[in-house]
Amino acid sequence: MTDALPDNTGYVAAAYLVFFALVLIYVVIMAAKLSRFERELSELEELADERIEEREHETVSS
Amino acid sequence: MLYGTRLRALSILTAVTLTAGFGLAFFYAPMDADQGFMQKIFYVHVPMAIVALGGFVFGGIMAIQHLRTRDARYDMRSYVAIHLSLILGAGVLVTGSIWAKASWGHWWVWDEPTLVSFLVVFLLYATYQPLRFSIEDPERQARYASVFAVTAGAFVPLNFLAVRLAQAYTHPRVFATADGGLPARMQLPFYLCLIGMALLFATLWKYEMASKHTSAQLRSLRRKLGGDEAVAPRGRSAAPSMGTTT
Amino acid sequence: MRRTVGAVLRKELRLELRAPQAVPAMALFSVTTLVVFHFALQRGQVDGDLAAGVLWVTLLFAAMLGTSRLFVADHEEGGLDGFLLAPVDRTALLVAKALALFGFLAAVEVVAVPAFALLLLGPTPDAEAVASLVLVLLLANAGVAIVGTLVGALAVQTRARDLLVPLLALPLLIPVVIAAAKATTPLFLAAGAEALPVRWLAILGLYDLVFGLLAYAVFDYLVED
Repeated sequence: MTDALPDNTGYVAAAYLVFFALVLIYVVIMAAKLSRFERELSELEELADERIEEREHETVSS
Repeated sequence: MLYGTRLRALSILTAVTLTAGFGLAFFYAPMDADQGFMQKIFYVHVPMAIVALGGFVFGGIMAIQHLRTRDARYDMRSYVAIHLSLILGAGVLVTGSIWAKASWGHWWVWDEPTLVSFLVVFLLYATYQPLRFSIEDPERQARYASVFAVTAGAFVPLNFLAVRLAQAYTHPRVFATADGGLPARMQLPFYLCLIGMALLFATLWKYEMASKHTSAQLRSLRRKLGGDEAVAPRGRSAAPSMGTTT
Repeated sequence: MRRTVGAVLRKELRLELRAPQAVPAMALFSVTTLVVFHFALQRGQVDGDLAAGVLWVTLLFAAMLGTSRLFVADHEEGGLDGFLLAPVDRTALLVAKALALFGFLAAVEVVAVPAFALLLLGPTPDAEAVASLVLVLLLANAGVAIVGTLVGALAVQTRARDLLVPLLALPLLIPVVIAAAKATTPLFLAAGAEALPVRWLAILGLYDLVFGLLAYAVFDYLVED
């Protein structure tokens, strides 16, 4: 029986690559979401700082 | 409920199991007598298929819970499970097609009943997202999606049975699968790959749930800090909301 | 419960008799489809598995046509709200609509099956084959009616209901197609009709049972508001 290795290696590699590609795409999407979360959190941090300033102004002026 | 707990440990466990499984598949498991090297696709294709089907059933179970308790979190769990299984399912069809091409020279064969059943199931679940998107009211969207998930989940075993019976007398089973007759040295790698794939599903599911949960909490935090005007309206979406309480 | 089913069913049948739109359209569609098959397959006659395939595809697509319309009138003209206000078991609506759809399908088949025999079928089936065919039709109709009612109720509230009904229903009905085609192939053989394979009738029966119970269990969640 001829050695099937040379012919079929490409197909096997392709199949496993498909699997890894799916996982990696997922990682990329998660990374994008994570950076968006960071951005939103820093915006919210600024908002919170504004609230604290407003409250300080109120206690000062009252 | 926090979804990110133990996520790092789970990810490491997944990576270790899958690496061990694939490693054993290539270096420990014997070469298949009929198909030779290309049989190695079996170790990635079949675990993906089993886990995807399990994911669909899990989505159906979550949907039953949603219908019973009206808790929006179950709807989210169901949605994420079905979403993930659909992606895995696409992978199953592609790897199955590659295997068919390697075995028979055609990119698709109707001889393999499991693959054909899988195609039908995939086509069915592909309508899940369009169905959700076409219903605007979020509560009704969640409810109808759950009804669909339950129906489709019950359909999966029926479909596999019917397709399998339709093939039984015309073509013998082409691809070696897990049930019956796996040589001993193939079993360990296969089961490791299966467990690893299931762990991968669990890991990705948790990632997705944690991400959705974080989104919802950020939104809620923004509303609390900035008032209702600071929050952009959600617009039409196929994805469920987590409900107002988390 | 039985009285509610009877009342809704009578309404459905009366509506269809008074202003027939679904059944004539479905019947005409099936005959036209048979003509299209003649040209598409480039054959004057079919037998065996090809005949079974042509018949079931025709019936299935005609059923898709009718299913889209099943809940539309109720949804648009407020009949559904009226039903919901009444102190009756909601599942009666499911049973009544499914029975109505079953009846419509049977009416269409009275036209479509003889048309098929006339236009495309090669061998002439004997009485026993016809009786077997009727049995398969009954079982298959039940499955199509149950799934059609469930999907129709699901899709009527969406914005793209005409598209969604076939997309949802066709994969769900694949086991019915498989079983019905396998069951009727021996009846259309050119060499002479053979006996009906009972296992496929059992599959159809199992399918009808499973989906009947499933639809019964989930239907409430679709019509509440």
